[in-house]
Amino acid sequence: MEGASIFVIIVSAIFVNNFVLSRFLGICPFLGVSKQVETAFGMGMAVTFVMTLAGILTYFVHTFILIPLNLGYLELVAFILVIASLVQFVEIVLQKTSPTLYQALGVFLPLITTNCAVLGLALLNIQYEFNLLQTIAHSASAAIGFSLAIILFAGIREKLEIADVPKPFRGFPIALITASLMSIAFLGFTGLV
Amino acid sequence: MDIKNLTKGIIKENPIFIQVLGMCPTLAVTTSAINGLGMGLATTAVLALSNVFISMFRKVIPDKIRIPAFIVIIASFVTIIGMLLEGYFVDLYKALGLFIPLIVVNCIILARAEAFAFKNNVIDSLFDGIGNGIGFTLALLLLGSVRELLGAGSIFGISLLGAAYKPALIMILPPGAFLALGILLAINNKIKERKTV
Repeated sequence: MEGASIFVIIVSAIFVNNFVLSRFLGICPFLGVSKQVETAFGMGMAVTFVMTLAGILTYFVHTFILIPLNLGYLELVAFILVIASLVQFVEIVLQKTSPTLYQALGVFLPLITTNCAVLGLALLNIQYEFNLLQTIAHSASAAIGFSLAIILFAGIREKLEIADVPKPFRGFPIALITASLMSIAFLGFTGLV
Repeated sequence: MDIKNLTKGIIKENPIFIQVLGMCPTLAVTTSAINGLGMGLATTAVLALSNVFISMFRKVIPDKIRIPAFIVIIASFVTIIGMLLEGYFVDLYKALGLFIPLIVVNCIILARAEAFAFKNNVIDSLFDGIGNGIGFTLALLLLGSVRELLGAGSIFGISLLGAAYKPALIMILPPGAFLALGILLAINNKIKERKTV
């Protein structure tokens, strides 16, 4: 992927390699907070915000601290600490500067620390050896891909609420099967780039 | 010491089928039985070791920063296990790829640390970690076997369905993961329903 154009990275991260439906990153919030479109939208926004920042921040930590000091093996510990403190920091800043946004994101913010999409993104950026611009494009579009999937999924689940689902399938099973059908739809994008 | 701590995680409080935790690796790596088993065992090792350490230090770790402390302990063990896998099981390491470092954010591990290891003694925590790990491994092995059988006609690479079987490739692709787990959960619900009637 080294040297891939920005456009290719964006299309690939949103559709072809959608974080949720084809890479299986961030499944917990995807299944957990997708009962209503409104909350799914809040979660999507919070994740987009944190993922973009985390992608950029971990890039700097990796390039300017870990590599010069030859500490590549600490990358996992360093990244998870960066993400955890970033989430805390964002929470504090939002609380002070934009109480409305803070209220809207609410409980979703702390949950993001253990969202594997964020850590997965940071590790993927390093693995693909992206430069700064590519890192920003990939982080933002991966996050948009996540939001797209969770909002679409929430839309379908709202309709499922009033559907007559066989009893053993109620709850998680039907949600997983819905996700499977969505994933099949996203498979259609394979080979696009 | 109570043997129940070991057995409860396997069936009664199975992390996948009952608690529905740790979905990402469950869905992603179960393209074959061997991958599911490998991931399960790696997670079990991390779970048992981190439970023991967190339990050992539970009186030293201040309550307020316990979550970051847990994460650092877990991340250190994941790094160690990742290096061991890279050294001794290169094929498995390559197949599991990104999901080895992502064991860090597996909700099961943090959930056991918070709900059990931080409040109980070392031996009980060890048993709890191993029990939940075995439950997780069995669920992954089951899902991996079902997907490999339907998607490639084999289990552990041994062909079972014969040459006449046309593999349903979709079961190994991402949609198959959601579909197989959804149906397994539904079957599990049906069995539970029968038992209670």
